[in-house]
Amino acid sequence: MPEAFSAGDTAWLLTSAALVLLMTPGLALFYGGMVRAKSVLNMMMMSFGAMAVVTVLWVLFGYSMAFGDDVGAGLLGDPTQFLGLDGLMSADSLVFGIPSLVFVGFQGCFAVLTVALISGAIADRAKFSAWMVFVAVWSVVVYFPVAHWVFAFDGATAGEDSLGGWIANDLLALDFAGGTAVHINAGAAGLACALVLGKRIGFGKEPLRPHNLTLVMLGAGLLWFGWFGFNAGSAVAANDFTALAWINTFVAPGAAVLGWLLVERLRDGHATSLGAASGVVAGLVGITPAAASVTPVGAIVLGAVVGAVCALAVGLKYRFGYDDSLDVVGVHLVGGLVGTLLIGLLASDSTPAGVAGLLYGGGVDQLWRQAVGAFAVLAFSFVLSWVIAKAVDVAMGFRITEEDEVTGVDVTTHAESAYELGTGPTGSGFHPTRSTTPTSEIPGQKVDA
Amino acid sequence: MKLVTAVIKPFKLDDVKTALESFGVNGLTVTEASGYGRQKGHTEVYRGAEYTVDLVPKVRIEVLVDDADAQDVIDVVVKSAQTGRIGDGKVWSVPVETAVRVRTGERGPEAL
Repeated sequence: MPEAFSAGDTAWLLTSAALVLLMTPGLALFYGGMVRAKSVLNMMMMSFGAMAVVTVLWVLFGYSMAFGDDVGAGLLGDPTQFLGLDGLMSADSLVFGIPSLVFVGFQGCFAVLTVALISGAIADRAKFSAWMVFVAVWSVVVYFPVAHWVFAFDGATAGEDSLGGWIANDLLALDFAGGTAVHINAGAAGLACALVLGKRIGFGKEPLRPHNLTLVMLGAGLLWFGWFGFNAGSAVAANDFTALAWINTFVAPGAAVLGWLLVERLRDGHATSLGAASGVVAGLVGITPAAASVTPVGAIVLGAVVGAVCALAVGLKYRFGYDDSLDVVGVHLVGGLVGTLLIGLLASDSTPAGVAGLLYGGGVDQLWRQAVGAFAVLAFSFVLSWVIAKAVDVAMGFRITEEDEVTGVDVTTHAESAYELGTGPTGSGFHPTRSTTPTSEIPGQKVDA
Repeated sequence: MKLVTAVIKPFKLDDVKTALESFGVNGLTVTEASGYGRQKGHTEVYRGAEYTVDLVPKVRIEVLVDDADAQDVIDVVVKSAQTGRIGDGKVWSVPVETAVRVRTGERGPEAL
């Protein structure tokens, strides 16, 4: 049934959408600090490139593919229904009591972030043009359909008779804010991309150390801030769901930092800042699907488990030899899986979601639903992402040349360097007005032709 | 003349400089350096991956002195740079053929 317009809910969703958009620049800082100084700009540009491409596609037909009426077994929305957001601009076009365009914007920010997350797996070595093509194709082929599976509810976005996606309506797996659609999806795609592009030169031999951990900490802080919009906004209202999601988003990352640092202290002897920043993100990833279905104490348990498991999982790339540079797999795929599956154990019927998991006497019913949803997205995303990345690689080359990689992708691809520290060789040819100024001209002096 | 070169721990630079000034040394050259001796480097940990950093930060001090002062200057540096812990550094001297003060063109001991 259509709900009446709510100014309060609308105000909160507009705020949430802006918070979620901030997560992508936050991610750019988080990722940018973790790469070497010679490739920080390319790392950040991959996030900003995702913002550029996905926002446009989302408005043109992406929203329609995700939230249009189902055109086949819950797998895909009708891309033509809201083409160019047609029909969504009138005052009576509401989704859950808020103007449809607000919902379009909020969900669009999810799409942007999900795509940007993938870039962490291919740091230092991706051709920017190829990345932009990958972003466009991946959004259309993978993200928009999966968003439909998970986020499109029957009767929500296109009138009472509208049909949504299979995970939301038939499988009934709980995924409050996108553990499957966002994190498992991006993590699986990251793994596929890392496999297609291959290892960075020097992976496993040279220290490919983060060049600026303060950027990493700042980025993690911005992600946490924006994540309140991501999770508490996903109630699409300002109510009891929102309150619980906010509190769980508040406590789970804290517990995850403790879990991550404890593993580090025991294993390596040091609790590190990169570990703390990573723990925050792991906890946020883990609580995302579960934000409205576990109690705050459940969120602490979930956070601690996710933090500890992800701290162990980031070492997998060395064991199996794939270069998931910034641990998209270790944090987002593994964190998303743990969070999604733990709902099957920790969901409490005392929460607004009203579902009991295994540990609350609900049996294994919810657990298998969670598992089917999680692994369906994982398999779909991994296979298609691998095919897309491979196709892009064959068509135009996904990876920069060895020489460019050693020199640094910033200078060779973007003709920029991140830091000017006033030492080293300086340039001899500066062309402020390239077309008119002879290279040898000294300011104020005439040069003979 | 001799060139006394010392590679020491960076935090000892002030102590060494003060001691050399008290001894009567008029000028010296300081360079940031990195390297290792028997102590090797240190280990850094990023998400559980350990990186051994071989080259540790050092400071190199160079002083031109009269032959007669060389041994004393070396002693002054050793005394003031010593912590007794591993990685304190090294001091050595080499003979210098000539030295010229650029401003005046003075040569030899006059140039010091």
